[in-house]
Amino acid sequence: MNAAEVRSGKHFMHGDHACAEGAIAAGCTFFGGYPITPSTEIAEYLARRLPNTGGVFIQMEDELSSIASVLGASAAGSRAMTATSGPGFSLMMENLGLAIMLEIPCVLVNVMRAAPSTGLPTLPGQADVMQAKWGSHGDYQIVAYAPSSPQEMFDLTVRAFNVADRYRTPVLILADEVVGHMVEKVVIPPAKQIERWERKRPRQMPGEDFKPFAVEDDDLVPPMVHAGEGYRIHFSGLTHDERGYPDMNAETHHALVTRLSDKIERNADEIIIVEEEWLEEAEIVVVSFGCTARSAKRAVREARRVGMPVAFLRLVSLWPFPERRIKEIAKDVDAFIVAEINLGQVSRELERHVTQRVVGVNHAGGKMMSPDEIFRAIMEVAGRGNGHRQRR
Amino acid sequence: METAIVNVDSHPLDTILRQERIPHIFCPGCGIGIVMHCYAQAILDSGIPIEQHVVVSGIGCSGRVAGYMEIDSYHTTHGRAIPFALGIKLAKPELNVVVFSGDGDLAAIGGNHLIHAARRNVDLTVICCNNFNYGMTGGQAGPTTPYGARATTAPYGNPEHPFNFPLLLAAAGANFVSRWTTMHPHQIQKDILYAFRKPGFSFIEVLSPCPIGYGKSNQIEDGVEEMLLYKERCKIDKHVPLEDVEIDLSSNQPIYVGRFVDRNSIPYQPIRIEE
Repeated sequence: MNAAEVRSGKHFMHGDHACAEGAIAAGCTFFGGYPITPSTEIAEYLARRLPNTGGVFIQMEDELSSIASVLGASAAGSRAMTATSGPGFSLMMENLGLAIMLEIPCVLVNVMRAAPSTGLPTLPGQADVMQAKWGSHGDYQIVAYAPSSPQEMFDLTVRAFNVADRYRTPVLILADEVVGHMVEKVVIPPAKQIERWERKRPRQMPGEDFKPFAVEDDDLVPPMVHAGEGYRIHFSGLTHDERGYPDMNAETHHALVTRLSDKIERNADEIIIVEEEWLEEAEIVVVSFGCTARSAKRAVREARRVGMPVAFLRLVSLWPFPERRIKEIAKDVDAFIVAEINLGQVSRELERHVTQRVVGVNHAGGKMMSPDEIFRAIMEVAGRGNGHRQRR
Repeated sequence: METAIVNVDSHPLDTILRQERIPHIFCPGCGIGIVMHCYAQAILDSGIPIEQHVVVSGIGCSGRVAGYMEIDSYHTTHGRAIPFALGIKLAKPELNVVVFSGDGDLAAIGGNHLIHAARRNVDLTVICCNNFNYGMTGGQAGPTTPYGARATTAPYGNPEHPFNFPLLLAAAGANFVSRWTTMHPHQIQKDILYAFRKPGFSFIEVLSPCPIGYGKSNQIEDGVEEMLLYKERCKIDKHVPLEDVEIDLSSNQPIYVGRFVDRNSIPYQPIRIEE
């Protein structure tokens, strides 16, 4: 990474552009994508930037090929990404599964809009949370971060590349239209302060006995070999053994699929990020992510001002779900409120992990959730009606 | 004349095939092995260092070839071999990237990627085994099944016209398009080698018997019978209008083969701005 390529300094920056700058700062050298609102500005920005930084920008014929090109570029050693929104995200589910199966690192940004189908292309939604987790066929664990600001569009994109490379996995950025199109202060650190986690590489030389899918370490991540390095490797989307060869039986399949899942779960503590505020002596916890977390924080602050024992929990990473931390928090609280622009996807997940009451604040999408809506929910859960009375 | 049994320890292609993966899955009479052999021989003849060869396949019988070649090989998703290969090629332009796949994979589910890769004229070589049907799943009709031919999903005869690959690829913008059959191993090998060196998008179609999938429904009982059919009816003519090279195995029309397109349009290059 050439330091001159990182635009260090303070900027007033668009969220999608901040994501693109995060990619450049992370050393991304390949973008394959297809225009779709509200993520198009990422592609437009990288179409200008990548040719100046020695990278490749290509506009593909659709999202099926966009992610396929990204996987090919990454398999050849590039840090590679694509960006899309719901309809394109649906098409990418096919090769998201291939990325999981071949353990090819990549970053996939979904700037969520209101859905299903074409929905509201220019307006926000947060309803792709479960698609992100379960959208491709089969069992797997996914990594997904949900930025709440243009600053986080930058920071989490850098992190996404690092996590992708360290664990040989696709990493999703589940942004939303509000954060993608918001213009706000973004601080880009000096190049030398930008952390870089490298891919694990084989200890053997080409020609020595090397199995490209054999695990040598506790993190369950096999070393990555790139095309053109002389190892003469085989990668197959079929169930494969440690050499990468198709091996059509239940035992190999079970071992492979459980390792792929365990790889993420075992390293979850290093992947998960949550933001917590005011948890001491709280009785109610408001859970949120992405743009909704901005309203939720305001609502929690207002409720605390009128004496409500309420805390703020933001899921900076949505997947893997921070179930251990949530179970710890749950020991000392009475209820959770989950605010999200969908009909209850994170609330349902939360209900699996806690015995406390879980109340959703939801709408289907098309507008940002107001702090008022979340404030009213806090008051109702606290047994304070419409919020006019103060708690003693 | 007496015949003597000779035991040999090695095969000339041992260095390029994954011996532990052999025997392959191809049925008796299948033509894919012939095309794979031609590809392997072209690699050995190319003089390009072995570590610079990459093969990418989609799904289907031809898609299994990636697993048999002892070079860097990727067996990807159905239809997406070309964009995956494109990503490799753009990330490492020094590599010689080949897509080896079947007609259903390349022309149906991957058809959009095929024409767009040809339009871009991206520097890839695509070897397409065309056996007129989906063989691996048991003989269903596809976009190359001749009009009127039978298949398990066209039990009353195929009501659709097939894609005419040379016409399609020529119109889309490929720099090199040829068609041979498994009766023409020498020409296949020569054209693969030629395509390695040819900048831009190259497409080599090889008509290939599938007695178990296609043949059983169309009175072509074994691979040899189809090879004889090719031998009798193939006509090398690179000047024939491409509109006329659609394949009809059941009639007595010629099956045109040869190098149909060989031009030098500018291949795709990513934009680089030097500051």
